Amino acid sequence: MRNVLIVARRELGGYFATPVAVVFIGIFLALQGALTFNLGNFFTRDQADLVPFFNFIPWVFLLLVPAITMRLWAEERRLGTIELLLTLPIAQWQAVLGKFLAAWGFCAIALLLTFPFVITVNYLGSPDNGVIASGYLGALLVAGAFLSVGSALSAVSKNQVIAFVLAVSVCFIFAVASYPVVTDFLSHNAPVLAEVARRMSVTERFMSFTRGVIALRDIIFFASFIGFWLFLNTVIVEHRKAD
Amino acid sequence: MAAESNVAETSVAARPPENLIQIIGLSKRFAGFTAVDNVSFDVARGEVLGFLGPNGAGKSTTMRMLAGFMTPTAGTARICGHDVREDSLAARRSMGFLPEGAPTYPEMTVLGFLRFVARIRGYRGGELADRVDHAVALTTLAGVRLQPIETLSKGFKRRVGLAQALLHDPQVLVLDEPTDGLDPNQKHEVRTLIARMAPEKAIVISTHILEEVEAVCTRAIIIAHGRVVADATPAELAGRDASRSLDAVFRAITNPAKAA
Repeated sequence: MRNVLIVARRELGGYFATPVAVVFIGIFLALQGALTFNLGNFFTRDQADLVPFFNFIPWVFLLLVPAITMRLWAEERRLGTIELLLTLPIAQWQAVLGKFLAAWGFCAIALLLTFPFVITVNYLGSPDNGVIASGYLGALLVAGAFLSVGSALSAVSKNQVIAFVLAVSVCFIFAVASYPVVTDFLSHNAPVLAEVARRMSVTERFMSFTRGVIALRDIIFFASFIGFWLFLNTVIVEHRKAD
Repeated sequence: MAAESNVAETSVAARPPENLIQIIGLSKRFAGFTAVDNVSFDVARGEVLGFLGPNGAGKSTTMRMLAGFMTPTAGTARICGHDVREDSLAARRSMGFLPEGAPTYPEMTVLGFLRFVARIRGYRGGELADRVDHAVALTTLAGVRLQPIETLSKGFKRRVGLAQALLHDPQVLVLDEPTDGLDPNQKHEVRTLIARMAPEKAIVISTHILEEVEAVCTRAIIIAHGRVVADATPAELAGRDASRSLDAVFRAITNPAKAA
């Protein structure tokens, strides 16, 4: 675990040593603000909650999380530093997990910086802060799920653009899996798969968090989702590192 | 483990040369071609082995397999008795490796980067600071220790890579083109450094600079098309041509058609 944390610390330091951190957090906050206040009718709907805020979060993450993960492995391979990192006395899974945790910690920081929304809604009314906390937990898990997908796919190519497009595409599938466009199509053609698709949906599970429901099965879903993609990540790194 | 300690005991008693690097039938095949073809040799403590060959001959691939970055298709290698396939972490702990092109993280400072490597190598606290200071002093990086690596010249970047490889004072050093991009003074410094460390270690360096081999290596191996085609001291090799020039021997061995 020590090695995992050393890698994570180096990686997280890298975000703040480059403009990546400022740009990402700036855009994330601006986008969330604009969407929540304008499209989400935060004020005019006259409800003391963060439903409009949370409604947009998976979609903002869908766009921005792959922007973080695209460099995770693609950059290491392009610079050749992967040869340095993986010849240090460290197991491959430790490097994979360390990088993932750094990216996840970074997303957590970005999420924490949305605290003015919480203050605003508490100032204007008396929201159920338990529901808000549960929503934040869900948002963090969605970020983790997208990060694990993006991290694995970033090991596929040396090209960051390819890594980005692949990650957005695959995350999009898991985001819309419960939407009528997918489920209607599947229920006409393969009813069994419609149910499977709905259960694999990241947004569907996230919605129950935003309603204040923290169900064990959802936690297990996210944990196994992330675990699966990180396992895949390790396999891809092993297979592609020297290409 | 038992077998290893036996080897260690007998070697202390009989004092034969300790083969810190043992390469046994090492091969690497990629789709369509064989990069390294059944290469076997040992490197003893005190030896500095110059690893020569044309581009694409399999030098870097061999070194990557020694360092545990690539898995051999056949054969194996032992670093201080640790099999790179069976016990990769132990092998990597006993070795310092400078990958081709001396890659480093550009946004980190020299100090930040070396501290990162030292942490991964298991050092902490005062010992970590000592190790980093020592490596910085050996490679004369003190003047730039707080600069981001991306702002450094090619020569400094190469020395940062070298510092990283030396940091834990490993028994085995594998350096892929350690003097590439250095100016003549820096080349001289690195060669002096290698020569000073040589008695305690087994060192493999790959290079295209044949004068470097004569200056610092006790032994030279030339590989071409993945096979070892010559293994001798630099002086013996040079003696194979009337001109007594390694250049001429290198060309004759690796490119016989053109030389003739």
